[in-house]
Amino acid sequence: MKPGWILLGLALLLPPFLPISDYTLHIIILVLLWAFVYTSWTVMGRFGLVSLGHGAFLGLGTYTTALLWNHYGLSPWLGLPLGVIVAVAVALVIGYPCSRLKVVGHYFALVTLALTEVVRLSIVAWRDVTGGSLGMTPNTVPPNSFEAMQFTRFTWYWVALAAWAIGLYVWHRVDRSMTRAAMDAISDDETAAAAVGIDVTRQKLAVTTISAAMTAVGGALIGQYQMYLNPETMAGVGVSLQIVFAAISGGMYVILGPTVGAVLTIVLQEFLRILFGTRFIGAAATIYGIMLILFIIFMPTGICGVIVDKLRKRRA
Amino acid sequence: MLEVAGLEAGYGGFRALHDIALTVEAGEAVAVVGPNGAGKTTLMRAISGLLAPRAGRVVFEGTDLAAVPPHRIVERGIAHVPENRRLFPRLTVEENLKMGAFSPAARPHFAERLEWVYSLFPRMRERRAQVAGTMSGGEQQMCAIGRALMSKPKLLLMDEPSAGLAPVIVDQVFDLVRRIRQEGFTVLIVEQNVRQVLELVDRAYVLEVGTIRKSGTAAALKSDPAIREAYLGI
Repeated sequence: MKPGWILLGLALLLPPFLPISDYTLHIIILVLLWAFVYTSWTVMGRFGLVSLGHGAFLGLGTYTTALLWNHYGLSPWLGLPLGVIVAVAVALVIGYPCSRLKVVGHYFALVTLALTEVVRLSIVAWRDVTGGSLGMTPNTVPPNSFEAMQFTRFTWYWVALAAWAIGLYVWHRVDRSMTRAAMDAISDDETAAAAVGIDVTRQKLAVTTISAAMTAVGGALIGQYQMYLNPETMAGVGVSLQIVFAAISGGMYVILGPTVGAVLTIVLQEFLRILFGTRFIGAAATIYGIMLILFIIFMPTGICGVIVDKLRKRRA
Repeated sequence: MLEVAGLEAGYGGFRALHDIALTVEAGEAVAVVGPNGAGKTTLMRAISGLLAPRAGRVVFEGTDLAAVPPHRIVERGIAHVPENRRLFPRLTVEENLKMGAFSPAARPHFAERLEWVYSLFPRMRERRAQVAGTMSGGEQQMCAIGRALMSKPKLLLMDEPSAGLAPVIVDQVFDLVRRIRQEGFTVLIVEQNVRQVLELVDRAYVLEVGTIRKSGTAAALKSDPAIREAYLGI
């Protein structure tokens, strides 16, 4: 395992220096940033807390950062942490009653789905400030401005790589913690977990907080990188589902699962988009949707889950 | 040590328990016996905080447990071996035991208590890396008791430890309970297997349709004609 990680790390230092097109580098950066977001989702999703509310955390992170910059000139370096605080506050306001009232499973998914739509509709409705459904662009300054968090593509690659690596590190730390075992116990049998002395609410809120905070960071970075925010692509059910699908298809129980999910979904999306171009509007989205459904039915543990299983069987 | 008075509890519109009064002194083993549906499990859940009582008091070592959440009750020294064992089937035996010592107060003592539970149940040491859901019923019961002991409780609540087990295994489980008594634990045990449980406790309460009908020493109940007829089949 260890040499594999070192090789992967070294390989990831190369792309900006390779003779690849700007477009390819752009796709790699997107994959890294979204992989970070998908990894964030699995921090809670792997314990049966299937949240469709991550579109909300993503949107709160990105819009808080961009709005504070455009309207108050507050540097995204300060705006981003504030966006994280907003997202975490919302996560706790939703998560606490859900846990106390034992809202789990489908009902939890529905509550979080509602949350994500509330955030999207609020952004759309608050048109004077957010630009509504037309979206908004952070006020631009000369490129590679550190203060405005507006970098060249070359710099963005390193930012995205760092975010992704930190995401994996957090996932790993959670995986090795007592919280991981406690959350597994809670998802097996919540009542028994409470009976043996696990503070169910506290454990759930811990993973929810980590997950929401990371997602808000991811949202802010994606917004800053793309320099364009749209409520449809940065908040709401659409992006929530995209996160869930990618995390599940890659495999949410394996550290690199969400990353594989990001590669798969983004490359597939781009491939279909270019393949169909402007012909057969909707065909790309349909094929994409069908493939995801097949994945979830036939590979519930995701690509990485299946691979890890096969390797384990071979060793045994 | 434990004093329950005027306890009333239920689910929705259903009143499962009313006007329950019982006491457990330190060092005692007390049983609550009665038929299916008498409210025995409800009583256990009300004591361990899994179900909020509607009225009455549950007082443990002088503190009312009314508003105390379940994990704090465990910290105060009441451990619950739930009905049907309720292990975490996907976790290993050792992880299950670890969960029993989850409270911040118990965590530093995890290693020594694990050793102690393994010395009580050597079988669990052999099975430490096995996924709990794949063990036999008797072993699962052993693991569930071990998990409760990991918090080093002052009072151990046991809900039908013999339920769903083969007769030979039931004997083994009752032997386990006897050993736990010898270790000096105070035990409150709920059972349908009246004959065997009366052999191992000091006192017992008879619970029928949500209320306590009779109580007394194990010896007195064993010779009570009504009990003999209804529960012991003599």
